[in-house]
Amino acid sequence: MGFNKVRASAAEACEGITSGMTLMVGGFGLCGIPENCITELVKMGVKDLTCISNNAGVDDFGLGFLLQKKQVKKMISSYVGENAEFERQMLSGELEVELIPQGTLATRCMAAGYGMPVVYTPAGVGTEVAEGKEVREFKGKKYLMEEAFDADFALVKAWKGDAMGNLVFRSTARNFNPMMAMAGKITIVEVEELVPLGALDPDHIHTPGIYVHRIFQGVNYEKRIEQRTVRQRI
Amino acid sequence: MAWDKIGIAKRIAQEVQDGTYVNLGIGIPTLVANYIPEGMEVELQSENGILGMGPFPFEGEEDADLINAGKQTVTLREGSSIFDSAMSFGMIRAQKVDLTILGAMEVSENGDISNWKVPGKMVKGMGGAMDLVASAKNIIVAMQHCDKAGNSKLLPQCSLPLTGIHCIKKVVTDLGVFDIRDGAFHLVELAPDVTLEEVIAKTAGKLLTQ
Repeated sequence: MGFNKVRASAAEACEGITSGMTLMVGGFGLCGIPENCITELVKMGVKDLTCISNNAGVDDFGLGFLLQKKQVKKMISSYVGENAEFERQMLSGELEVELIPQGTLATRCMAAGYGMPVVYTPAGVGTEVAEGKEVREFKGKKYLMEEAFDADFALVKAWKGDAMGNLVFRSTARNFNPMMAMAGKITIVEVEELVPLGALDPDHIHTPGIYVHRIFQGVNYEKRIEQRTVRQRI
Repeated sequence: MAWDKIGIAKRIAQEVQDGTYVNLGIGIPTLVANYIPEGMEVELQSENGILGMGPFPFEGEEDADLINAGKQTVTLREGSSIFDSAMSFGMIRAQKVDLTILGAMEVSENGDISNWKVPGKMVKGMGGAMDLVASAKNIIVAMQHCDKAGNSKLLPQCSLPLTGIHCIKKVVTDLGVFDIRDGAFHLVELAPDVTLEEVIAKTAGKLLTQ
């Protein structure tokens, strides 16, 4: 009864995701991705998914797991380098790919979360991204009309969260997660730490719980680093 | 000798002004951060959600949750802030970021740029480049003057799919510095030991040397 948002596991949290659905998946590269939910999708074996995610993971991690199992019908992303299997499926036509500007991706999520049907952005004016889209001029500058996304589920990774679904993200693992959390018809959040009510300072919450439908504490985070770059100690 | 990658980065660093917010793309542009003159205050923006990006971490101090837009581990400087992707592109669109430095495959004499796709060969995606070039007040391109086959990358018009139109103001290549205005590349400076003849021979677009 009550809000009842807390789930015991990824399996419970991902109930209701079925083949053919459109999913938003948070993260930038491998940073801030919902590792537990992705693993669960592989277990569930759902197919023909449309995934809205900035990137497509790498061959053996992140969304790359779903691509390996050929569970994805279409990817909507801004950058898909560094994934050989992805490239193979794209060039052979097995995988449909829609590449869109990164800011457009973020803003189409934001629009959904803010209840706005469209946004206007200058990104892509005069390029193939503009094909078939309405162009409008405001104060002498051209903009493309871009529609809010419509996703069945949003899969989000946060650092800390509470039973009301209030979320705090950590560092650049925040990226697309807050606006995707706002945009899903059903938003599932996995957190590194599920904290007691009252432990999060209301002034420091990044995403208010009203946007979150289900929350669970994730396990075994690998947090793989894609490009380990360091400097020498002098 | 013409400029190498570091030479290009050092030359571009001279264009960066004190007290500005700057977005650096992947490749040569990233190197520019290393050559910003001592004593200047420049805040680096990374479009995955950082203002105040610092250098790479010391070995053993890498944090998987802290990367730049090239997915490299980085650090934060004092006074930095973190935000989400919608806000990041909001500040780019609203022209709060003063300067964008990025790489390119082709640039045209009217300031068009191509840098995200080679049809049938390479499709990595535009990432944040289309948003950046559509909105930035000032954009500098860092690239080699010619491709590996020796073809000029400074063209009358781009042959590859466009990233943005009429947006590039300046190009710094291994051979020199070029301003783009009024439908032409204007030679500003030659790299050391590069001759005017070489630049003329390797520039396919309209080139003005005066």
